[in-house]
Amino acid sequence: MSDFFSAGWSVYIALAVILSLVGCLALLVITARGRSGAADGTTGHVWDSDLREMNNPMPRWWMILFVITIAFAAVYLLLYPGLGSAKGALAWSSADAWRHEQEAANAKLAVVYARYAKTPAADLARDKQAMAIGERLFVNNCSACHGSDARGNKGFPNLTDKDWLYGGSPETIVETITHGRHGMMPSMAAAVGDAKDVGNVANYVLSLSNSPHDVAAAEAGRAKFVICAACHGPDGKGNQAIGAPNLTDGIWLHGFGKDAIVAMVNGGKSNVMPAQEHRLTPEQIHVVGAYVWSLSNPQAQQPGSVAAR
Amino acid sequence: MNAAGRPVIPIASAGGGLYRAEKKIHPREIKGRFATWRWVLVFLTQALFYGLPWLEWNARQAVLFDLAARRFYVFGLVLYPQDFIFLAAILVVSAYGLFLFTAIAGRLWCGFACPQTVYTEIFLWIERRLEGDRTARMRLDAAPWNADKLRRRGAKHAAWILVALWTGFSFVGFFTPIRTLAAETAHLAFGPWEWFWILFYAFATWGNAGFMREQVCKYMCPYARFQSAMFDRDTMIVTYDTKRGEPRGARTKSLAHDALAGAGKGSCIDCSLCVQVCPTGIDIRNGLQYECIGCAACVDACDGVMDKMAYPRGLIRFATENGLERGWSRRQMLHHVARPRVLVYTAVLALIVGAIATTIALRAPFRVDVIRDRGALARQVEQGRIENVYRLQVMNASERPRHFRVGVTGLDGLVVASAPDLDVDGAQARWLAVRVQLPFESAQAAGAGVHPIRFQIDGAAGDVVNEKSTFVIPR
Repeated sequence: MSDFFSAGWSVYIALAVILSLVGCLALLVITARGRSGAADGTTGHVWDSDLREMNNPMPRWWMILFVITIAFAAVYLLLYPGLGSAKGALAWSSADAWRHEQEAANAKLAVVYARYAKTPAADLARDKQAMAIGERLFVNNCSACHGSDARGNKGFPNLTDKDWLYGGSPETIVETITHGRHGMMPSMAAAVGDAKDVGNVANYVLSLSNSPHDVAAAEAGRAKFVICAACHGPDGKGNQAIGAPNLTDGIWLHGFGKDAIVAMVNGGKSNVMPAQEHRLTPEQIHVVGAYVWSLSNPQAQQPGSVAAR
Repeated sequence: MNAAGRPVIPIASAGGGLYRAEKKIHPREIKGRFATWRWVLVFLTQALFYGLPWLEWNARQAVLFDLAARRFYVFGLVLYPQDFIFLAAILVVSAYGLFLFTAIAGRLWCGFACPQTVYTEIFLWIERRLEGDRTARMRLDAAPWNADKLRRRGAKHAAWILVALWTGFSFVGFFTPIRTLAAETAHLAFGPWEWFWILFYAFATWGNAGFMREQVCKYMCPYARFQSAMFDRDTMIVTYDTKRGEPRGARTKSLAHDALAGAGKGSCIDCSLCVQVCPTGIDIRNGLQYECIGCAACVDACDGVMDKMAYPRGLIRFATENGLERGWSRRQMLHHVARPRVLVYTAVLALIVGAIATTIALRAPFRVDVIRDRGALARQVEQGRIENVYRLQVMNASERPRHFRVGVTGLDGLVVASAPDLDVDGAQARWLAVRVQLPFESAQAAGAGVHPIRFQIDGAAGDVVNEKSTFVIPR
């Protein structure tokens, strides 16, 4: 890729650099040779009829240093990029240097990850170093939605409780991270009936988790719940195969209370966990998966804080 | 002498070119009061520089600047990068110290304590031992290369390089534990940066103290230039007493001091010793020159000559310009040294030193940073409570493990919902994720928005650090 719109600019800059260097050298040679000023050690200029300027010559080593810097510049420009868009004899580039550094770092890490890849998640959860890496991966890649303490937010599941939309085994977690999930609750208003029916169903749903609700309305809504049971199950305990949430545990991902449930039944919801397989390697996903698993299995590991700089 | 009574430096012909090979200066060895002082300071500063890294304190190096771990150990103190202000303070103190000393007695720093002077002194001492004094060295310079010259020069450079390498080693020893470094020396197993700094610092020492010498002071050093701006007519500087010395010239040793005036002679016998001992190669009798580093070697030389001639000492001495012009006694000159600018410098210096001492004494033995969670602003949890998440970094600036408990105030019923306890090892820092919850009713009462709160981190030793943050209540 060229840095310039036209090759003319590259030539222009290369010429300017070469001319400047040659100019510096010429200036140095001319001033070193030329005798300046008068024989009395002044520059020969007289101002205001009596003010004279002494000639206080630079030391020769200073001139030699200057020549060395010019020679250095010439060698540098031959070896490294600098003359317009010329690449230099070593063909060095910062992008290459970065790639090499990254490859070296990855090669070093690969050893660590290779060891982790062979370790089951439950054992990884007890490995302090693995969990420190897992936490860092989590904070860098997951915390934007799930929060740095993994307790989520409205619409973004809490990963530290036992309520799993798609299952909480290490394998399912890895599957979720790798391929992502797309949760779909269709709008059910038409199927349920009028606004009153929807309100009744909402009260019945609240009653499942023993949340504050209108008992009579809940009783009236029980029959209509059959429509919901297709996904959420007849007892409302959900279905992890399709990511239908458990409605009986008092955990409300999209908001608590009748209004939130009514809005959900009327409008439905489409919620996405993006796939991470293109951002993270399988080994990284294994480690961060084990970290996430450990959060809801505190007997395996006490998360929360790790030594930091 | 011109009309103003000041000496005029004769214009030396520079040969007309804009560049000139500087003549090698071979200062003659000198003994005397000020030379002794200089050696005392050489020993003091170098005992500090070479010795300090070897001191142990609490089973670790007493003074260690651990750049990789970002911890700076100075005896009992453990400093974090957050304590950078102290470095600024040290620089301010150094600057004011320099202003003060320079206003009082000129370039004292240059002449007695500056590393350039100190290492040049050490290198000159080696040079004298191996090549002889001034005249022998000048002869050796002029001599053709033969076995003897090769041997002397070789021995000198070998000794110089050894000192230089030791200097580079000690320098790196302030940043890498010096005992580890010493163990690495056996196999030359230094890391790349250690290699670089040992060799670079050694090269700089060898080059600056062996070859560049006064050239550094004349052409490179910025402090040399601005110290001249700190002088005024009441600054004690190395001066030649022109009134007493002139007319200079040779005389028989029998000419007594009392008889000088009658013989039409001044005290200066024009022996040129003051020029021969000068490390920058100037003639102090031409008056104050920018090359003068105030080392007072000429004072020592002249005092010795005056003693031999049985004349009173002090033809060349520390004196003020005003004092010399008006014929003040030493006492009168010193009296004028305590002028407003010196008093102001002293007061400011004392103030800053006091402030630093107070700050260090009152410094909390741990630091806390509170960072709001990057992911979530706020969330609703059981019973409609509002929860905010924070990450606290607790930095233990003491060297023993400590226990901390996190509390929070600022809104009614605000509590820390996660585990509030934290143990931090000595000189370590830890992150703690903290969940803070506010009851539903308080959130209603306080209203949606951002509310200031305060974390209290209790070190359980009577020290509590307060740190401000905010609590967000969503709409």
